Amino acid sequence: MNLDAAFQTFLIESRELLEEMERLLLDLEGAGESADLDALFRCVHTIKGAAGIFGLDHVVAFTHVVEEILDRLRARAITLDDSLAALLLQCRDHIAALVERGADRPGETLEADGRALLAALTPWQANDVITPSLPIVVPTVSPERYERGAAGDVWHISVRFGRDVLRHGMDPIGFIRYLGTLGRIEHVSTVGDALPEPDVMDPESCYLGFQIALAAATDKATIESVFEFVRDDCELHILPPGSEVARYIELIQALPEEDARLGDMLVASGAVTRTELANGLSGQQAAEGAAAGSPPRLGEMLVQQGAVAPALVDAALGKQKRTREARQQSSQYIRVQADKLEALINLVGELVIASAAAGLSAQRSHDAATHEAVASVSVLVEEIRDRSLELRMVPIGETFQRFQRVVRDVSQQLGKEIRLDISGAETELDKTVVEKITDPLTHLVRNAVDHGIEAAAVRITAGKSAVGTVRLNAFHESGSIIIEVRDDGSGLDRDRILRKAVERGLVTDPENLSDGEVFNLIFEPGFSTAEAVTNLSGRGVGMDVVKRNIEALRGTVEVESARGAGTTLRIRLPLTLAIIDGFLTGVGVTSFVVPLGNVVECVELTPAQQLETRSRDFINLRGEVLPLVRLRDHFALSGASGRRENIVVVGYGGQKAGLVVDELLGEHQTVIKPLGSLFTHLSGISGSTILGNGAVALILDIPSLLSQVRSHDAGRQERRATPRRARVLAGS
Amino acid sequence: MAALVSVQGAEQLRVEGELAIQFAAELKDTLLRSVQATGEVTLDLSGVSEVDTAGIQLLLLAKRAAAAVGCRLRYINHSPAVVDVVELLNLSATFGDPILLAVAAGADR
Repeated sequence: MNLDAAFQTFLIESRELLEEMERLLLDLEGAGESADLDALFRCVHTIKGAAGIFGLDHVVAFTHVVEEILDRLRARAITLDDSLAALLLQCRDHIAALVERGADRPGETLEADGRALLAALTPWQANDVITPSLPIVVPTVSPERYERGAAGDVWHISVRFGRDVLRHGMDPIGFIRYLGTLGRIEHVSTVGDALPEPDVMDPESCYLGFQIALAAATDKATIESVFEFVRDDCELHILPPGSEVARYIELIQALPEEDARLGDMLVASGAVTRTELANGLSGQQAAEGAAAGSPPRLGEMLVQQGAVAPALVDAALGKQKRTREARQQSSQYIRVQADKLEALINLVGELVIASAAAGLSAQRSHDAATHEAVASVSVLVEEIRDRSLELRMVPIGETFQRFQRVVRDVSQQLGKEIRLDISGAETELDKTVVEKITDPLTHLVRNAVDHGIEAAAVRITAGKSAVGTVRLNAFHESGSIIIEVRDDGSGLDRDRILRKAVERGLVTDPENLSDGEVFNLIFEPGFSTAEAVTNLSGRGVGMDVVKRNIEALRGTVEVESARGAGTTLRIRLPLTLAIIDGFLTGVGVTSFVVPLGNVVECVELTPAQQLETRSRDFINLRGEVLPLVRLRDHFALSGASGRRENIVVVGYGGQKAGLVVDELLGEHQTVIKPLGSLFTHLSGISGSTILGNGAVALILDIPSLLSQVRSHDAGRQERRATPRRARVLAGS
Repeated sequence: MAALVSVQGAEQLRVEGELAIQFAAELKDTLLRSVQATGEVTLDLSGVSEVDTAGIQLLLLAKRAAAAVGCRLRYINHSPAVVDVVELLNLSATFGDPILLAVAAGADR
């Protein structure tokens, strides 16, 4: 077994639990519901238990105190007020710091922090609580356990029923009775430890578990089938007769229940003798005493003793995982390594290309059967593509939740009262996009809290509620995801921005700028209007970096603001970075792919119109002026324009333009291959793809093309359009 | 077949019919109400025709609640249905009340 790997799992699990804990604490601050206290308690309890297994005594000691306080909260011995909630948040951070240090002793400062926190917690502790010693007792075993022969054919069955079993019309007693038909029930222990306090106990929920010793000549599948109807609704462990290691797995798995009681039950059912149990327990304590200086990790110690098979420690971790799963109940997850997923998606990309090639050659063969077969394959391939991309889609809610803490901390630091509203948390987008958007988003949220929302006094004078609101919203719109950060603060000061911009020489003619253009100036490098430079933001870096990060994701950001009513920053991102549905067009021998989401319609350019538009760059499309981009001219391609030309009308962000191409080649699934670093400066092209016939097609970057059209329009009066791109593309 | 706890004086309770999930909420309230005060409460189970997990769970809960407030709660006159389940789940020690009919039923253990 790889203990390090196990420890990594512990770290990952703990981080998740700590994240959950943070969310719960923040929820509690708002609502103070008792149901969440249970979840909170479980988080801390599970971390404590797992830390105990790895011998992280300092973590155990600290979490123990926190756990106790949560327990008292749960029992309503104390009530949760703001100061305690804030303190618990700090404790969470401390636990996180301790866990991250792993087996290392915490440093001087960390220890001092811990002591300070413990001291701060004292008022909430029960009077009779002494400084915690090591509360966790992990049952261990001495090697001689292996020598014991199989104790007949007694199966040990441990079952914990889910809360809803009774409501689903199942009766656990019935299952036990039915077990009796398989053989002889030697012993049953009823585990009622999960029964909550009488006033919170729901009489229609099931809180019981059972340890059953069954003497039967049968197999595991048969026993399992007894519980078939509740299989998803209960935790079932079946230990075959004479299985040694498994019994200890069982012990550890049951760790969150009282160890001593569990031990007693196993003794009672004849699975272990009392002497063996006592030996195991005292053996551990002795070792602990001897190695007080730097205790080895318990898991390692056990393996050294030869007492446990690797399965043991894994089982302990599995326990932790199961508790988590029980918490999430409905949703089940499989943890997959990101690079495996990445490899899969790459392969799917290749598959898409290969299937396009197969389709092409099938078309050429004029064989109906081949054609049909290839067609059905390509339908499946398309589905696989969609499904595998979905694997990477995650709801943005988790990222949003993280900002609760950011807003809370920052607003406290600034002495403002600010609420964070979250909507559209279920909106999904690519995991890689999520990861990369977190930083820019954090910056925007901090900005909103710091600069957007005014101080309470100012707000009241302005006739607004003293509590400011920052709203995070996400939704899908035509192949993009839109994330909005909105505040109800003072809004952007148009005049001040303009003044500053002139000062910095960013604009020359301040009169002719629209509001939108003025507000967009905040994204210019080195621009900041904050009057007071706080340590949070306002140092003149940031918005330009935000914009650059977003553009790197093929996204855009825009700002909308109304004086006195607030500011909205709207980020528009593509759903995924890997594959897009494209529309394939041809100009001479070169192929271009237009992302299908941008295509509005296709129109044929009649010979008359061809003549008419030769001298100008727009066309009358059903009474609308549509600017035209001749791709042949724009990319300086060789060859004369074809006899027939077509217009692909593209739209993005409320703007439209017509791309003049020779041929329309239809829809095409496009696997984006990024261009080499040599071409990073290239605007108008976002990537390349390989066609079925092996040729390279370039993917057009519609937003940047459109913005070029806009700036081009401005300069059109002075000079006719000249080829703007050098012959970069000739080789394709 | 309603299972109700009828109060005969303050300390004498009796369950009639099914000690089961359908009546669990009702039973819980009555049971917990009667074990509030310190003193001695007996629950006559002779009229119980059926017991399920929810019922057993309530009996466990009531015992625990009673112990917490220092009330002595006794289950008496277990009906065959109750004995059957208590024996199956090996709860007689947990409940701690003498089961008079148990001699025959528990003999195979």
